[in-house]
Amino acid sequence: MDEMIVVDGLTKRFGPRAAVDHVSFKVKRGEVLGFLGPNGAGKSTTMKMITGFLAPSSGRVAVCGFDLEDAPLEAKKRIGYLPEGAPAYPDMTPAGFLDFIARIRGFDGAERQKRVIDAAAKTQLGDVFHQPIETLSKGFKRRVGLAQALLHDPDVLILDEPTDGLDPNQKHEVRALIRGMAANKAIVISTHILEEVEAVCTRAMIIAQGRIVADGTPLELEQRSRHHNAITVVLDSDGLTDVKLAAICATFEGLDFVSGVEVGAPNELGRPITIFSRGRLPMGPEIGQRVDQLGWPVAELRVERGRLDDVFRDITKPASKQAA
Amino acid sequence: MRATWTVFRRELAAYFATPLAYIFIVIFLALAGALTFFVGGFFERGQADLQPFFTFHPWLYLFLIPAISMRLWAEERKTGTIELFLTLPISMASAVLGKYLAAWIFTGIALALTFPLWITVSLLGSPDHGIILAGYIGSWLMAGSYLAIGAAISALTKNQVIAFVVTCAVCFLFTVAGSPIVLNVLTGWAPQLLLETIASFSFISHFQAISRGVIDLRDIIFFGSLIAFSLFANAAAVELKKAN
Repeated sequence: MDEMIVVDGLTKRFGPRAAVDHVSFKVKRGEVLGFLGPNGAGKSTTMKMITGFLAPSSGRVAVCGFDLEDAPLEAKKRIGYLPEGAPAYPDMTPAGFLDFIARIRGFDGAERQKRVIDAAAKTQLGDVFHQPIETLSKGFKRRVGLAQALLHDPDVLILDEPTDGLDPNQKHEVRALIRGMAANKAIVISTHILEEVEAVCTRAMIIAQGRIVADGTPLELEQRSRHHNAITVVLDSDGLTDVKLAAICATFEGLDFVSGVEVGAPNELGRPITIFSRGRLPMGPEIGQRVDQLGWPVAELRVERGRLDDVFRDITKPASKQAA
Repeated sequence: MRATWTVFRRELAAYFATPLAYIFIVIFLALAGALTFFVGGFFERGQADLQPFFTFHPWLYLFLIPAISMRLWAEERKTGTIELFLTLPISMASAVLGKYLAAWIFTGIALALTFPLWITVSLLGSPDHGIILAGYIGSWLMAGSYLAIGAAISALTKNQVIAFVVTCAVCFLFTVAGSPIVLNVLTGWAPQLLLETIASFSFISHFQAISRGVIDLRDIIFFGSLIAFSLFANAAAVELKKAN
């Protein structure tokens, strides 16, 4: 059983509007799939249907071979789910809450205690284990939600914005936790932090207006960026006049493998200009040679990998702008 | 079964985790006592029974039970925990039943704590204990009916105040269904059959029959089927509204 999540033609309509529109994909064991998309794109709605909270208008979801419609309990047993906002019963303590989850998940006696303690340890809940959840900070609440999702060591983890509201250290810990579990699970996370995709995901999927508009490894997506293989040259700004700058730009623009040059805002190193590659092909040696011939001091020269946020914006912006 | 029990445990514990349970019990006992002695004329009647006590139960439940039932589902929806709750491996029946039973047992606890009255009446005279027991059973069944109606209404809204007010209104109609308040509006134009049907929904008349010691199967079936119907409606309402 390699394909842990199978989503086929999944559609959810709210009135005339399709929040999720014929979405199909599969997630294998070992994959960490990142859902990206603007707010309201249908990420959460898709997750709600995978976890069986919402019934789809049409299409099917199967988790570990169990169809969510035909065998919802069997499927739900195999899912750990962190809903958006990490809801938990406010007047319970993490200890009581996790004990409740463990009971519902069918653990008894010593095994139950062990599961609760393990989940609390993994998410570092120690200090607040006996404080009412309503008194906890946003970061701790999120970790209680994560602990609840991990408690039964599920084959499938669905995490809706797992690092939202965490500070940078906590974000790092949660990402490490997710990476650590990735090998023997299928994990789906949603996020709008693009660096998170690079940090934890083996695969990224961009969703806009209820449809999948891009699906690939983070590297493949980066290659779709106009910044892929672009070269940024930071020129020493001492004595750099506008005329000189324009002349330098013109030198690069005249090359047939260059599609354009963009001048950035001056920074402490100097004045960056970014040279875009036609067809996003490598052009390091050629540009390096031209830079040597410029006779102008250069503070930095680097090849860009490509930027996910570029791709994200290109793909998800409204159609009218794309045509322009 | 196990899931129902787990949900039941959590819900019942939740009442006692907040002051809600204690406030409810204290107010219920104080009002029940005050009505029995001051309005019901417990001593003046000079009879060793608990009629003055039970007579006021429908009116007491009318606004105390909605205070219990209003939070059952509305709170889950408001805090978003419903999404967590309904994606756990439990059936809708377990979820609805576990919550309902916890609330019902809780009202049972409040009702049971009126036992000093039973002791009092036993010390003052020699009451018919069978009738008193019947009164308690009837009262608890009636409380269960109010609760089931309230639970279904609670599933329809995120707002606990709305749940409270609407439940009060609906329960009021059920309480007074057989009285002139409702019947006078209908007499004259509505068919007799409708009139009788509506009158037969009166909680007061079914409850009075039981609390006089006549445990008629029809009264039990009335409350039982009303509870069952309301819980079905509850499950349907949760399914319908959970996404909003």
